[in-house]
Amino acid sequence: MNNSKYALFLGCTVSVKGFNYELSARKVAEKLGIELIDIPQFSCCGFPLESIHRSSAITIAARNLALAETQGLDIIALCSACTGYMTEVQRLFSEKSNTKEIKFINEKLKDLGYKYNGNVKVKHFARVLYEDIGIDKLKKFIVNPLKGIKIAPHYGCHYIKPSEIYDGFDNPIHPRSLDQLIKITGATPVDYKDKLQCCGGGILAIDEDTPVKMVKQKLDHIKEVRADAMTLICPFCNIMYDEYQSTVESKFETEYNIPVLYYPQLLGLAMGLDPKKELAVKQNQVKVKPLLEKIENLQKLIV
Amino acid sequence: MMSKKTSSSSEKPIKWDELDSDFKFKVAEESGGKNIKSCFACGTCTVICPVFSVNEKYNPRKIIRMILLGLKEEVLSNDFIWLCSGCYSCYELCPRDVKITRLMAAVRNIAVKEGYVPTPMKQIVNLIEKHGRILEVSEFENIIRTKKGISELEFNIDEIKKVLKKTGIHNLIKNSGLDE
Repeated sequence: MNNSKYALFLGCTVSVKGFNYELSARKVAEKLGIELIDIPQFSCCGFPLESIHRSSAITIAARNLALAETQGLDIIALCSACTGYMTEVQRLFSEKSNTKEIKFINEKLKDLGYKYNGNVKVKHFARVLYEDIGIDKLKKFIVNPLKGIKIAPHYGCHYIKPSEIYDGFDNPIHPRSLDQLIKITGATPVDYKDKLQCCGGGILAIDEDTPVKMVKQKLDHIKEVRADAMTLICPFCNIMYDEYQSTVESKFETEYNIPVLYYPQLLGLAMGLDPKKELAVKQNQVKVKPLLEKIENLQKLIV
Repeated sequence: MMSKKTSSSSEKPIKWDELDSDFKFKVAEESGGKNIKSCFACGTCTVICPVFSVNEKYNPRKIIRMILLGLKEEVLSNDFIWLCSGCYSCYELCPRDVKITRLMAAVRNIAVKEGYVPTPMKQIVNLIEKHGRILEVSEFENIIRTKKGISELEFNIDEIKKVLKKTGIHNLIKNSGLDE
């Protein structure tokens, strides 16, 4: 379908907790000439029900896909779990791997007046930037390079895994797309121990203690390499590292002060967008102001 | 892999006449469970598991062994099946392509059918049924959106209620005591 016009899929978490992510993504997309169309009838992607009742989950996902298909649009999602789940259901149709499930979905959708033909491609926003816009073109938009800033990339899980559903756009064991996307902003992506570790958000509702320990491990490793900030691309990972950072600090009597930026916020800074008005940095839980001051001071030195 | 002490602390001896040898076939029939019988217990899943690294209650290798042995009730009624964070690390590395992440979802689906539904999961079903999302959109979100010239969100995606009525999730959860 049209590769500069997409339906924007927000899902649950971005809608309610990730306005900074949504706004910065919209502003960046606008500058890059990506048109994002809102479909108000989009719901949850279906993923939260996969573990409870898969038949319901895949039907909800297929309904969303059908809504986009009716308008002739592919989907850009901001949440990695939404991306992964709707991609899986899309592949169920394109590969016709489970005819029983396809039949179930088709019957339910038909009753509601929908039909899904399997023609919608779902992509994560970061993947669109990396693959469709491309590193070379993105470089041309950088007017405010973030020289001297060290950024710890957090890939999260569903953005690259299971790799069998993602056409090999990045390597699940040694991914590089987010590192490269960080590099073009002028900042330096830094490696750290267990860089691919999961945020644990998937079990937050079941057992808060376990993911909190997982978050501690990651923040410890990022602190060790003295990164100025971390960058991620999933609203649930963001809950764990930005919202829960203070919880981990008080629980383990430690201090991190690691700002957590959504990638479009980082890119937006390098593209010269206004941090407050266009990137909504004030919505980030860990204060971003000291980082912005550091960026400004380093740029003065270089000039 | 796990020391004897940790793994045996809360366990009873296994009685062969209490095993359900059909359980593994039931799991294999469930969507996502197909490859369970391929597991040769190498332990790659447990070694790579980020949850196991902080909480030994979740041990995928052990859960798979329990299923293959036929410890049906013990698996389905246990909290540990709900502790997989769904990260797909084991899924990528499993040398037998057991597709463990999907397998755990399959086991949970069976547990729900058998009436084992953790309260937070019931709440998720309730929220999605009511709002079409797991989180509730308030006036506040739409005030900010309007200020920035971004289209408002629908408070509730009512059609999801109809979807779930047709897929039958409500009755399934209700039978296990859905909190209204």
